[in-house]
Amino acid sequence: MVFGSIDPTLLLASLMVAATPILFAALGELVVERAGVLNLGVEGMMITGAICGFAVAVNTGSPLVGFVAAAAGGAVLALLFALLTQYALANQVASGLALTLFGLGLSALLGQGYVGIKPPRTPKLDIPLLSDIPFFGRVLFSHDLMVYLGLALVVAVWAMLKYTRAGLILRAVGENHEAAHALGYKVVRIRVLAILFGGACAGLGGAYISLIRVPQWTEGMTAGAGWIALALVVFASWKAGRVLLGAWLFGGVTVLQLNLQAAGLAIPVEYLSMSPYLITILVLVIMARDKSRAPASLGRSFHASQ
Amino acid sequence: MLKLEKRPQPSRFWTWLTPLLAVLITMVAGGALFAALGKDPVEAIATIFWQPLFGEFAFYYRPQLLIKGAPLVLIAIGLSLGFRAGIWNIGAEGQYIVGALTGAGVGLAFYPAESWAIFPLMVLAGGLGGWAWAMIPAVLKLRFGTNEILVSLMLVYVAEQLLAAMALGLMKNPEGHGFPGSRNLRQYESAHNAELIAGTGMHWGVVAALIAVILAYILLSRHILGYHIRLMGQAPRAARFAGVRPARLVLFCLGASGALAGLAGLFEVAGPAGQVSIDFNVGYGFTAIIVAFLGRLHPVGILLAGLLMALTYIGGEIAQSNLGLPAAAIQLFQGMLLFFLLAVDVLTNYRIRMIRREVA
Repeated sequence: MVFGSIDPTLLLASLMVAATPILFAALGELVVERAGVLNLGVEGMMITGAICGFAVAVNTGSPLVGFVAAAAGGAVLALLFALLTQYALANQVASGLALTLFGLGLSALLGQGYVGIKPPRTPKLDIPLLSDIPFFGRVLFSHDLMVYLGLALVVAVWAMLKYTRAGLILRAVGENHEAAHALGYKVVRIRVLAILFGGACAGLGGAYISLIRVPQWTEGMTAGAGWIALALVVFASWKAGRVLLGAWLFGGVTVLQLNLQAAGLAIPVEYLSMSPYLITILVLVIMARDKSRAPASLGRSFHASQ
Repeated sequence: MLKLEKRPQPSRFWTWLTPLLAVLITMVAGGALFAALGKDPVEAIATIFWQPLFGEFAFYYRPQLLIKGAPLVLIAIGLSLGFRAGIWNIGAEGQYIVGALTGAGVGLAFYPAESWAIFPLMVLAGGLGGWAWAMIPAVLKLRFGTNEILVSLMLVYVAEQLLAAMALGLMKNPEGHGFPGSRNLRQYESAHNAELIAGTGMHWGVVAALIAVILAYILLSRHILGYHIRLMGQAPRAARFAGVRPARLVLFCLGASGALAGLAGLFEVAGPAGQVSIDFNVGYGFTAIIVAFLGRLHPVGILLAGLLMALTYIGGEIAQSNLGLPAAAIQLFQGMLLFFLLAVDVLTNYRIRMIRREVA
């Protein structure tokens, strides 16, 4: 039986790893969209983060510095998007697509000398005692720092949006930018900051793929993860906690289909590889009914006319 | 201090000047990029834009212009209809692949029979394949309210996997000694999308692209449906009051762009590419998005923009072999073009005024 060769402990542990890149990217995009901006350039920022992180990690020998560089790379690309949409008032959908096309080209160019290189290993943080618990130790407490950082970020974003003044202002800008402007909040400044945060998160997610998950550099290696992250935000109805749930679901599907491929199921590999994308569509269909949660100003440009 | 002031109406002057301005800025920025890569910027830009047209081997490259331009124009014309109405089909790459698969599938099914009817049937199948693939996001949007951007894009990845499955499985050449890829349609007379006039690059795809340009022009400027499309994009609320049915527009725009992308795929697989292979698609579906915007979503503009983009593909290949310019640099160059276009587009809708900051 094919399922017999799949170890549930390993499966769940690798689920956590597979979920982390899209978790980062989706959390960033969640904040951006709550501020009323639709940035479709997640894929481009992720892949740019992936190569920036990879290149810096290889050159410095430190994965940690690599992750910082990845966040910076993603944020720089996001800054271009912010300039286009917030200052030049360009269409957000078109600008996001431009960002993705640009990022794919940029990363391919930057990554030329890095094909076939192994990045420095990121150490695993075995939490003492906890990681010795049978089953749960392996699944929950035996990962690298980024997995925990991702989980912490979920809590931080949730708390920020729900309990802090900054979160309230951010949501106000996203729900009704005219009213927020009338109250004296700097709509454009707040949105630019949110976009930069989104870019940094996407960069981290991308670097997680190139430095830990795979770990190596190949062109176009994010393979739609950025778009899945975008779908995840819709799936999560713009709530941080449900982003985590969604990321685990997609991580689970990805890991399961990879395991089935390895187990040599009679279905050709290609059809199994389709499954994460098909599941994404299915989830979009199921979640589409709950439309009420989308920020009211999502995707609309703001221009303060005297 | 600079201040933007909204124009009452988009400036006609800037509408047509901004694409040219964007191309110029891209050339300058691209030159800087090539210089940073250690190449002579002037030579690199000249290689990309001059060599294919007027260089020593221009007789070889000029036909390529039509071969590469045709799929771009075909796809971009379809996309522009939807983009005008605010319906975002960005999965043209997937529809292109599926059109090629269904079209080639029909051709391969008839092998080795010879008949004049085979190629027209393939064209029909290619268009239908692309149409059907685009109907998935359309129907899901209408029935469940899903976002067509995400669904159409997800289907690109599904189509890529489908292509690999077909090239390695069902459509694999039984006489191919185990290599992936289908029979070569160029060696199958009835299915070959051959050059119509030798040495010009003119094939049925080019003809189809020109017909699409003309039909789109008539549709947008003379037909009530084209008027509805424009109205829907510019004033959705007014469109609703005017009796425009958004559902019909979604079906039409996605369907038309899917069918055109499918046709582009079929003409490519039966002609220049020749076979269904794993790396059959080269991103025309995505580049066509740039073409559509660069052409200002106007049929004639798209025709010109498609030729320009084809030029960067060909020039990029020359620069790659002559100057050792990396292929990715060209991809980045094309991406930059869309960026600058969107940036300078602000001049179309806004006036830039210098104002002195008043002392409070």
